[in-house]
Order: sequence, then C-alpha cells, then structure tokens
Amino acid sequence: MYLARVIGRVVATTRYPGLDGVALQWIQPLDEHGAPMGDAMVACAVVSTGPGDLVHFVDGREAALACPETFVPVDAAILGYVEQAVANGEFLGREPAGSSPASKGAR
Amino acid sequence: MFLADVIGTVVSPVQIPMLDGKKLLLLRPVGPDGKPAGKTRIGIDRAQAGVGDRVLVLDEGNGARQILGDSKAAARTVVVGVVDYVERHGQLDYDHRRAR
Amino acid sequence: MLIGKVVGSVVATRKDEKLESQKLLLVQVHDHNNKAKDQYVVAADSVGAGPEDMVLYATGSSARQTRITEGKPVDAVIMAVVDSWDLGGANVYEKWE
Repeated sequence: MYLARVIGRVVATTRYPGLDGVALQWIQPLDEHGAPMGDAMVACAVVSTGPGDLVHFVDGREAALACPETFVPVDAAILGYVEQAVANGEFLGREPAGSSPASKGAR
Repeated sequence: MFLADVIGTVVSPVQIPMLDGKKLLLLRPVGPDGKPAGKTRIGIDRAQAGVGDRVLVLDEGNGARQILGDSKAAARTVVVGVVDYVERHGQLDYDHRRAR
Repeated sequence: MLIGKVVGSVVATRKDEKLESQKLLLVQVHDHNNKAKDQYVVAADSVGAGPEDMVLYATGSSARQTRITEGKPVDAVIMAVVDSWDLGGANVYEKWE
C-alpha cells in the first residue's frame, strides 16, 4: 500500500464485464516528501476521489479484492482518501504546492 | 518480511470499510544498518507501533489476510512487530532503547 | 494498470496447451502524457481490442483473474479499451478525433 496523488481520469466504455461502474483514475505514487516515486499508473477508484486528492492505494492481486466484483483483472485500486499524512513532522496535504486545484465533481 | 522505520501517520476519513478503525502508518523500509532500502509505503498497524519505532513489516497478501482474519481484505502491508534489537555478526545494529 | 497501444499480434504454433485459442496482442506502453515508451508487452485480450486501440492492461497474478485467463500461464491481460483520458482537467487522449 502506497501514498499517491490522483492526477487524471480515464474513460473506457469497453471493459471487462465485472468492472462496470468502477472509476478509473491516473495516480502518481508519492514518497514521504510528497515527491513522485516511480511512474504514474491507472487505478480503480472504489472510493469517491478526484484529481488533486491525496489517496492511498494497493497494487497487485489484492487490488481486485477492493472492487465490487472481486474476480476481476485489476492490479491497482485506490482504497481511501487521505486527509492528512505526516512524515518526519512534515505535512502532506490535499494539493501539491503551487498547483491549481483541478476541477472535482464530474467523473 | 523486512525492517522499516515508522516515519509518520496517515489519516484517511473516506476509505473502504475493511480499513475502518485501523491505524495506518507511513513506513520507510530500511536495511539492518538503518539505511533506506526501498519505496516508502503505508502499512496497517497490528503491533501498537508509533512514529520513531523500527518495525517488522509483512508485505504479502495471503499472510496479511490471515493476520487480519478477513479472507477478502484488500490489504497487503501489515506492521507485525516492533523491533527490540537487531544483531548482525555479534554486533548490535539497532537497539530500541538506545534509539528512543 | 498501465496504458498502451495495440501495435500488433503474436502468433505461436508451438506453445503450452493452455494457451490454445488465446488471442495475444503486442502492446507498446505509453506514459500518462501519451508518449510512447520503448517498452512492449504481450498481453492476452479479454475485451476484444483491435489494432491501434489504446488499451488498459493489468499485470501479475491479477491478469489471471478473468474467465479466459484463469489458471493459464498469462501475466498480462487487456481489461479495457480506453476512450479518453485527462490530466488535471486537460484532455490528453481522445479516441474519436
């Protein structure tokens, strides 16, 4: 399980049958300073999150267990919206410093 | 399993029901000498660990589900112990009492 | 999951019997800015993707969690065909353009 920030949304109408209604979002994994860690990836959002949100996600086979249907080919799933993370006394908030808040809501 | 330093906490008010009531810790994996060794991750606390502790982390799905007692838990990283000391070649590499 | 473009298909006559009648596509990985990477994956197809489609694929043991790949020696499966995506509100990819 890792920290990440939601950076975008993916629209895919044709998808594996068990995945209907699950939102797909781009996430950028973050390290303890809030800096990017590795490459961005697409994850299933099983909780209500949107671009700009700090989230935590699980990768690997366990990701499918978070989905409404658990026998699905999913290898990354957002498990929760992070209101606040503290690392070494440093706060990681909702928006990265200097970036404009991306529009929330429509997904 | 590997060693990690607890470097912080994660507060997540909106999350999947499986995680409700569980404490999430930010973990920095370290080698026996305390040097960072791997990606920072988030673990579910099962050892009453706190910030500053060196802990034992299990990062594997089957074991995590057994510990959590939930065969459908979408979790993989679990803090399973607080380390008292680490000894290597007869030398103390880490001592909890001294580190505190 | 990662995104890639279907750039071809792979045919193998001599293979594990569990891979028979399995459609295998060659996918070139793209990053979130839709820039092609020099990285390719051979993936089984669970959604009926075609050439030049932008697809989402899952890897690892998750790839075996479909009706067509269950219990088969597969570690990448295409699980969606991408229509579009945006980053921070800016459209990056649009299929129907």
